[in-house]
Amino acid sequence: MAKKPILGLFETADNAADAGDALKAAGVSPADYDFLTDTPYPEGAFGERPEPHKLYIFPFVGALIGLTVGIMLTSMTQMAYPLVQGGKPILSLPPMAVVTYESTMLTAIIFTIIGIIFESRLPAFKEGLYDTRITEGYIGVLVNVEESELTQTQTLLTQAGAIDVVLKAERISG
Amino acid sequence: MQEGKPLNSKQVNRELLVSILNSPKWFFGALSVLGFIVLVAMSTAGFMINQGFGVTGLNRPVMWGFFITNFVFWIGISHAGVMLSAILRLSKAEWRRPATRAAEILTVFSLMTAMTMPLIHTGRPWRTVYWIYTMPFVPFDYARGIWPNIRSPLVWDPSAVYTYLTSSILFVMVALIPDFAVLRDRTTGISHRIYGMLAMGWQGNARQWKLQIIAGVLLSALILPVFVSVHSIVSWDFGMAVSVKSWHSTIFAPYFVVGAVHSGVSAVALVLIILRYIYGWQNYIRHEHIDALARLLIVVATGWFYFFVMEVLFGFYGREADEIAVRNFQFMVSPWNIWMMIFVGITYFVPVAIWLSRSMRRNLWIMSLACILVNIGMWLERFLIIVPGLARKQLLTFDWYTYRPSSVEWIIIIGTFALVSMLMLTIARVVPLIPLYDIKEGEILRTEIKIGRVTVPAVFRED
Repeated sequence: MAKKPILGLFETADNAADAGDALKAAGVSPADYDFLTDTPYPEGAFGERPEPHKLYIFPFVGALIGLTVGIMLTSMTQMAYPLVQGGKPILSLPPMAVVTYESTMLTAIIFTIIGIIFESRLPAFKEGLYDTRITEGYIGVLVNVEESELTQTQTLLTQAGAIDVVLKAERISG
Repeated sequence: MQEGKPLNSKQVNRELLVSILNSPKWFFGALSVLGFIVLVAMSTAGFMINQGFGVTGLNRPVMWGFFITNFVFWIGISHAGVMLSAILRLSKAEWRRPATRAAEILTVFSLMTAMTMPLIHTGRPWRTVYWIYTMPFVPFDYARGIWPNIRSPLVWDPSAVYTYLTSSILFVMVALIPDFAVLRDRTTGISHRIYGMLAMGWQGNARQWKLQIIAGVLLSALILPVFVSVHSIVSWDFGMAVSVKSWHSTIFAPYFVVGAVHSGVSAVALVLIILRYIYGWQNYIRHEHIDALARLLIVVATGWFYFFVMEVLFGFYGREADEIAVRNFQFMVSPWNIWMMIFVGITYFVPVAIWLSRSMRRNLWIMSLACILVNIGMWLERFLIIVPGLARKQLLTFDWYTYRPSSVEWIIIIGTFALVSMLMLTIARVVPLIPLYDIKEGEILRTEIKIGRVTVPAVFRED
């Protein structure tokens, strides 16, 4: 049976962390709940699960592609223009170095941006539980549970100090 | 350093989104005035392109004048943003929080403005298209009979500047995603839809925040080498030229980079003071932030002055005839020697004397004046490198000449200042110029510690 989302809103980080502990104690899998905030809290502030990622691979892949493109672009340009200047070789390395460096860095940065968006699971234009009070400083605890466990989870969140519990899904984006 | 009073999220949203959600009454008036100046400058540039370079003061051997000076100046200003933002992020300096976004956006707009200068300076800007768009994998159009020197340092310049521009835009956009989400939640109608698209469905979960924080550090580390390369390469437009003796110097790259940071950080300080004044952001841009920037500037200015002295000293000490001719022109011939004295005075001695005093650093009017002086001085510095070098480029004295800018050049230069101001004002209407989440993070990490008999404001810092 498909799981249903439920969102508890908390005023303080302590209460949100208590809710996380209570969910864990109730046997809810760490993959089934998340904490929504309007600012980065220190990692582990809510006892949330670790979030492994592969972001660091992206700039290396980008740099490698940029380096290859840079070498090809600069060498092929020089080969296409075989005019000797000042007795220097047609395929001269110093003029290639700067453009190749820039293309390497540019592609590394572009790939890093792609990596950040991909690893952040964005864009996420989907139906989901969200509340605009989160960007006013409230901390949201978003839980996915079986429909039969909704009432029990709602009680658990309220007991942990939630000022409101939201059940109706809305579209996150505009 | 946490001198301000504690702030909650609602207050941060209300106060920092004031530039977007409640346009001040003067906004459209100021925008119209700046827009008019830009329009006049654009018309003047059109007139110059139509009439030819004869309407400027450029003539042999001084073929680089106000336009190239202004190009180097705006590239220099652009160095503030990412340098300030990246170094302060990497070093986790607490006082970075209100300064980073405005600095990064200033980078983007000053780079865009800088790139208009060489285009205007070509005289026939449309022909630059032929250099780039021809056939796949062959960037120059040999078939049209254009035979540029593809090994020239001038080819490196656009590659570096466009890399920096693209990187800076992406850097700003990624950091804006969480703030777009705040705007999405506070707007309705078409604005809500646009901010919703830009926020890309951001929820603010633990994973997204973790990636956002890593992104700031990782991108800072990647952009810093690009930032150093850009002004180094701009300096090589001059330094690699063997034909102009006073430019052919190995010290030019670090000299230009430090000079760029000097003018750029001063520009950021000035922008922050203006933002504080026009939007009433006293709770965010506090005296402590301007104070910290001024202390940083003492170090940067002294580093710059060291390079300046080295450059002049080596020029004189070699006693080569053409180098001495340039130095003689700079230091002995009026009015150039007067400009030289003014430049050194307002770029180093006056501002540093101001910054050495704590009360001066915390006086925003005096700080604004110091920052304006530095930028006038740094503009003059580029002018006094470019023009005297070219005026005394030739060995034989009958080829010596000077340069007097025409009104056309003055109008176009003034137009670039109006353009950057207009763009900054416009963007302040669209995105928050102080990162909301960064300020809020500073608030949750804020604390006080008791040492002996005093309680000191402090901040927790994560590894």
